Amino acid sequence: MNARTGAGAVGDVSRRLQAPGPRYGEKVIQGLLALCALLSVLTTTAIVIALIEPTIDFLGVVPIEEFLTGTEWSPQFEPPSFGVLPIVAGTLNVALWAMLFAIPIGLGVAIYLSEYASPRVRRTVKPVLEILAGIPTVAIGIFAVTFILPHLIQPLWPGELLGGAEKPFMALAASLGIGLMVVPIIASISEDAMSAVPSGLREGAYAMGATRMKVATRVVFPAAISGIVASIVLAISRTVGETMVVLLAAGSTPSLTFLPNEAVQTMTAYIAVVATGDLSTGSLDYKSVFAVGTLLFLMSLAMNLLSIRLVRRYREVYE
Amino acid sequence: METGGMPSERARLAAAGARATVAASLSNRPRRDVVLNTAFAGLLFLAVMIALAGLAAILVQAFIRGAPALSADLFTNMPSTLRPESAGFRPAILGSLELIAGVILFVVPVGIGSAIYLEEYADKSKWWNRVIEVNIQNLAAVPSIIYGILGLGFIVRGPLDVGFILIAGSLTLALLVLPVVIIAAREAIRAVPDSIRQGSLALGATRWQTIRRQVLPASVPGIATGVILAISRALGEAAPLLLVGATVFITYDPTPLERFSAMPVQIFQYATRPQEEFQTLAFAGVIVMLGVLLAMNSFAIWLRNRYERTW
Repeated sequence: MNARTGAGAVGDVSRRLQAPGPRYGEKVIQGLLALCALLSVLTTTAIVIALIEPTIDFLGVVPIEEFLTGTEWSPQFEPPSFGVLPIVAGTLNVALWAMLFAIPIGLGVAIYLSEYASPRVRRTVKPVLEILAGIPTVAIGIFAVTFILPHLIQPLWPGELLGGAEKPFMALAASLGIGLMVVPIIASISEDAMSAVPSGLREGAYAMGATRMKVATRVVFPAAISGIVASIVLAISRTVGETMVVLLAAGSTPSLTFLPNEAVQTMTAYIAVVATGDLSTGSLDYKSVFAVGTLLFLMSLAMNLLSIRLVRRYREVYE
Repeated sequence: METGGMPSERARLAAAGARATVAASLSNRPRRDVVLNTAFAGLLFLAVMIALAGLAAILVQAFIRGAPALSADLFTNMPSTLRPESAGFRPAILGSLELIAGVILFVVPVGIGSAIYLEEYADKSKWWNRVIEVNIQNLAAVPSIIYGILGLGFIVRGPLDVGFILIAGSLTLALLVLPVVIIAAREAIRAVPDSIRQGSLALGATRWQTIRRQVLPASVPGIATGVILAISRALGEAAPLLLVGATVFITYDPTPLERFSAMPVQIFQYATRPQEEFQTLAFAGVIVMLGVLLAMNSFAIWLRNRYERTW
């Protein structure tokens, strides 16, 4: 009897705790939210759909070996030639010199902010530098071609070295503009990685009599290396994908060179120049835009996956 | 140690010797180390100065070169290829405003919705949720010109086939900044402690009621910061718009269903003209954009500092 009442009471309580009915509204909301999240996957799918058909059409006319290994890019000539290497070289040329500028400066800023600066300096300098990352790339491009080139590169270029620096467009001008733009990316992510290094490691090194420089370069830097590499990969990926700065400052001459004082055309600049003109949908020129786009997409995909993996590895170490 | 009158000569000498040894080992670092250390600190400081000087140079140059053309005419006059003295940015400014309105309408619900799903509902052990996550991280770093190709090959032509109209540009920009909003909103939602959710659920609220009344209000500042940063990115992008038909010299106020122009594209076109007057006009446009963007970014930073709570 007693046990029965007890069981009954338990039954009542659990019945009262249940929802009065199945909550369809909750399910609908969850479904809608999942749809939102799915939209980003659809975006990737749409990118692939947009790229794939014209690319296959293009490769039907221009064999893939010729496209990937040809050293002559002259779509406007008769007969046209679609060897992609000159514009890939243009992209890598700009990226190379941009990184030679941005990596030392970015890492210097990161080490300074993480190991040398007082908290107050760090709190001011970091957001100020982040403004640099928010400046429209058009403005950076104009700055590169009207200031960096005539007022920095040309006066400082050592005479006739590599044939002088008289050209009105130059890979190096674009490189320095983009380099300046990605300094905050390298500085900010690397600084986060360095600040995440446990202070016990630093204190241990100081106790052994290490100088500040030794602690920064031999203890903190190696411990934060995957975050630092990830920031550099991200910066390279931004540089390779940058369009407006190269369009304004690097010129539009496809040339297979890594010299900083030559005018070059990058993959992104080619896409922008050709797609802006009124092209008929079926022409080979039009399709070549998508073929170059596919190559660029695959390059950036490879770099992004590498950087995602590196960041994950660095997170595992200290969390 | 005054055991008897004067300290013994031996004890004094020993103490002095010990002090000298300790002082030498602690402070008199090898000369090379001191020099290297100072030089290194100097180089680091130089790096910071170069970065800050670059930023200052961009701002100062734009202001000096653009100031002569700064006037209200900039906002009210139509663009011109012939008469730079009376050319302005009116359709470009209107175009940018309409583009951004579209971006907000799309990105705020979809971005926040995705973030809520990923943080509050998604089961991380399921492969499809991990795919969504990696996919968003990847999309955040896809070059903007690729979004232009998406706009051209999928929205303007291809499956959607809407033509070169403003809405196509707006949608392209929205897809471009969507990952930025999702990532920021997720961080803001993640920062709300679990005890808040548990408290609400324990009082009998449903999952959605908990999100709606507790989690979202607490994460509004973080989400708003992310949305503002995303909008300022969309406002400055020119490359994808070049591909979806932001033609430049339109001399009418664009509606969402017409060909359009946008601020950064108009600046680009003025900048590529050889005449000095058009260059001045381009710099004036840069000043206007920098003003708007700096105001937005400062507001975002202020918002973050003012309302961000640490639990």
